[in-house]
Amino acid sequence: MKSAVIVFPGSNCDRDAAVAIEGITGQTPAMIWHKETELPDGLDLIVAPGGFSYGDYLRCGAIAARSAIVPALKREADRGVAVIGVCNGFQVLCETGLLPGALLRNAGLNFVCRPEPLEIANANSRFTAAYQGRREVVFPIAHHDGNYVADEDTLDRLEGDGRVIFRYRDNPNGSARDIAGISNEMGNVLGLMPHPERAVDLLHGGDDGVGLFQSVLEAA
Amino acid sequence: MTDAAAPPRNSAAMTLEDAREHGLSEEEWGVVLDRLGRPPNLVELGVFSVMWSEHCSYKSSRRHLRKLPTTGPRVIQGPGENAGVVDIGPGPNGEPQACIFKMESHNHPSFIEPYQGAATGVGGILRDVFTMGARPVALINALRFGAPEHPKTRSLVAGVVAGIGGYGNCVGVPTVGGETNFHAGYNGNILVNAMAVGIADQDKIFYARGAEPGQSIVYVGAKTGRDGIHGATMASAEFSEGEDEKRPTVQVGDPFKEKLLIEACLELMATDAIAAIQDMGAAGLTSSSVEMADKGGIGVELDLDDVPQREENMTAYEMMLSESQERMLMILKPGREAEAKAIFEKWDLDAAVIGQTTDTGRLVLRHQGETVCDIPVAPLADDAPNYDRPWTVPPKPAAVRTEDIPEPEDYRQALLKLMASPDIASKRWIWEQYDRHVMGDTVDSSQSGTDAAIVRIHGTNKALAITSDCTPRYVAADPFEGGKQAVAEAYRNLSAIGATPIAATDNLNFGNPERPEIMGQFVRAIEGMAEACAALDLPIVSGNVSLYNETDGKAIPPTPVIGAVGLIEDVGKIARIGGAQEGDLLILVGETRGHLGQSLYLREILGREDGPPPPVDLERERMARSYALGMHALPSPIAVHDISDGGIAVSLAEMCLAAGVGAELFVNVSEAQSGLVAQAPDTGSLCAWLFGEDQARYLIAAKPEPDTLGLLSAATNRGWEQGYQIIGRFSGDALKIADKVDIPLADIRAAYEGWLPAYMAGKSA
Repeated sequence: MKSAVIVFPGSNCDRDAAVAIEGITGQTPAMIWHKETELPDGLDLIVAPGGFSYGDYLRCGAIAARSAIVPALKREADRGVAVIGVCNGFQVLCETGLLPGALLRNAGLNFVCRPEPLEIANANSRFTAAYQGRREVVFPIAHHDGNYVADEDTLDRLEGDGRVIFRYRDNPNGSARDIAGISNEMGNVLGLMPHPERAVDLLHGGDDGVGLFQSVLEAA
Repeated sequence: MTDAAAPPRNSAAMTLEDAREHGLSEEEWGVVLDRLGRPPNLVELGVFSVMWSEHCSYKSSRRHLRKLPTTGPRVIQGPGENAGVVDIGPGPNGEPQACIFKMESHNHPSFIEPYQGAATGVGGILRDVFTMGARPVALINALRFGAPEHPKTRSLVAGVVAGIGGYGNCVGVPTVGGETNFHAGYNGNILVNAMAVGIADQDKIFYARGAEPGQSIVYVGAKTGRDGIHGATMASAEFSEGEDEKRPTVQVGDPFKEKLLIEACLELMATDAIAAIQDMGAAGLTSSSVEMADKGGIGVELDLDDVPQREENMTAYEMMLSESQERMLMILKPGREAEAKAIFEKWDLDAAVIGQTTDTGRLVLRHQGETVCDIPVAPLADDAPNYDRPWTVPPKPAAVRTEDIPEPEDYRQALLKLMASPDIASKRWIWEQYDRHVMGDTVDSSQSGTDAAIVRIHGTNKALAITSDCTPRYVAADPFEGGKQAVAEAYRNLSAIGATPIAATDNLNFGNPERPEIMGQFVRAIEGMAEACAALDLPIVSGNVSLYNETDGKAIPPTPVIGAVGLIEDVGKIARIGGAQEGDLLILVGETRGHLGQSLYLREILGREDGPPPPVDLERERMARSYALGMHALPSPIAVHDISDGGIAVSLAEMCLAAGVGAELFVNVSEAQSGLVAQAPDTGSLCAWLFGEDQARYLIAAKPEPDTLGLLSAATNRGWEQGYQIIGRFSGDALKIADKVDIPLADIRAAYEGWLPAYMAGKSA
């Protein structure tokens, strides 16, 4: 599987994503600096990693969404390449318009880092098929701005179209309708606040994240 | 040695009065006059005052710090550089690697402005570590706050925790552990001690030394502003009422810029372009340039017009004393400027060549066409004051007799109260605000509750174990034994999980050293630490001294914090606190005498803070470790926890909570198993046995298998007292102790987890 991880200034889960992908697929992803304007040909997966791009200054993900690489990212997404935005990457995807809605400050106002039980709300998506009908996974969360909001029509449409992929069992941040992760209309772009790339090794607390990357691998 | 150069033009000569305002004594002023052969101007006086401040010169502590053991087979660099460097063997590709670490205080700034004070404390200690070429891999924090009921405590906790998280989370280094105490002795002066640990290849370690004449001096990072001017001097004086006026001297952190600096510096360090490098920490541009000049035996000429500036009309004095954050100063090898520039441009960092090294041995500063400073470098370091301050031997506290200490009326209530007491209660509210997993190598963190944090060495099957420890009430009662105990507990925490303790850093927080009784605490605590470090093979490789922790003449409890690092050769074979399972034997390692002096039982249940702390027998610490390691060698996994605050009762409750299984003490374990039965207390007092804080002890959970029983039978007649004692068994979902205690785990958990969130929500004191 051919993959790429985009690196923005302030990204800090870029290496984590690369290590997870390499461990699961056996192939090293290309690390793409945000000042590039082209992505490699023939990609199966592009990851916008977690972190604090541009220090979360102005608005989380807002400055990164104006990076030189973003037009290429949009082109690949439109062509159907799988795209995963994790945490800050989810915020960036919302700011680019690839995903609807926005992520506000957590309802509890504090940064929250803990293992979070999630419901797999759509078990047939491009990102969850390998879980084979399993309904719950635990991924760590670590964010200050994970409170997902969108207008009611959008939320209804997301739910109606099976685009809510993950839901919180015990909503940690006030997200509308307990939404932890959503996809775009085509189903090839996933944004989620929890970190599947941090759940790939039992020694480090769990390996529930493996299925997410395997799903992409199997669809590739 | 006098300096006959003509004074810089256009600058008024300073007087003794000016020197006093800069914190120099009359004697120190005399030395300045002697070395220069003339009075300094304002800029020069500023440079002398910060370099000779307590914070930069260690003038009260130097002669005593020498007592600490600082060498060992693994030590590559001991104290004197930005951080200590220790050999940790081969990395992922077989290349020799080093662990680089240090702990540093940011106490005064954090009390004045908790968020920025704590945040910049984290930023500063990270720079100390990556300046030496290490990628930071873990952060630890040792925090001391005032009494919960003090009106400022709640907001200080909230601000400090948010600041630590705000910086560490953004910069992308996991905050994996720490400790938090509350005591009225810190009401007017909290302690925020941050430790950073990094890993580097041994052939890519960078030092302040190494520059030669004729090389370019490059400034990179944030622009210089007026923030933090005289921070080092502030850290070298007592507080008084009206400390709010000092707020402008607290710096503001930018973790995003720090992240860029880390990546840019490590990228440049992978080349061969850097001759010497220093971060601009306390005393900023002054200290970084003087350090490199002094250690390299060279001179430095800076053109201050070229310093990137954030504010208009900054004077030379302001630029030299600014403590603006996220700035680095490096000296490049000849002809490497373009290479460095390209990397800084990639990371969008401001960088400028601001001067050259010379062979004059002088610090020469030019600003707006004038020479504003021209002084020899050597006296700034060599002639820094080195005081032998008078000190008095701390008085020994009267012993408390166990038979004079009443048993609790209700053991159940006593244990629940201890579990909900501020020093023991879960700190989840704090550590859930820290990203503990970023970088993907965290095996255990505060969340696991294991005795030390465990961080895998990236790409290998090895790991580092990290802990920070100090029991201030012990040090206050007996600085010598308390100093020993801080080291012994760190050693025990590393040993519990199966790590080999390799080295430590220290953060010595004390009051005003000009008072003989405070100096006595300092001297004796160091002597105790030195004895323990020597006996336990734990060299001190870096450290920080924070004195003048007083407000209105009231000193903090003496708090010498130890940050220790251990090495784990196979991360698959660690013992964790939470590994106990139904049916496991509960084994006590070490001798229980029931020492209640300075125990939490006395303080929390009886409201007394008297008696001597538990004595520390270093030989027994070594033996207890070897007994614990004997259990580690068993084929089945075990769980281990060291016994400290609250004694056996609290340590056992913590093990039960972590494992989610109850325990029963003094039951007949199994008649069928070699006749081994759990033994009842041998101290006469159940209370002293349960809550006594004797040192050199561990609790272990092990399978009742033939290997275990064989080991136990063979060991009972060996060495001092009993090596191992079976005291019960893990089972059920309650903690049962004779006929005194039968508490469902859920109730213990509610007490343990409940206190801090309720307190922070304003629901309890």
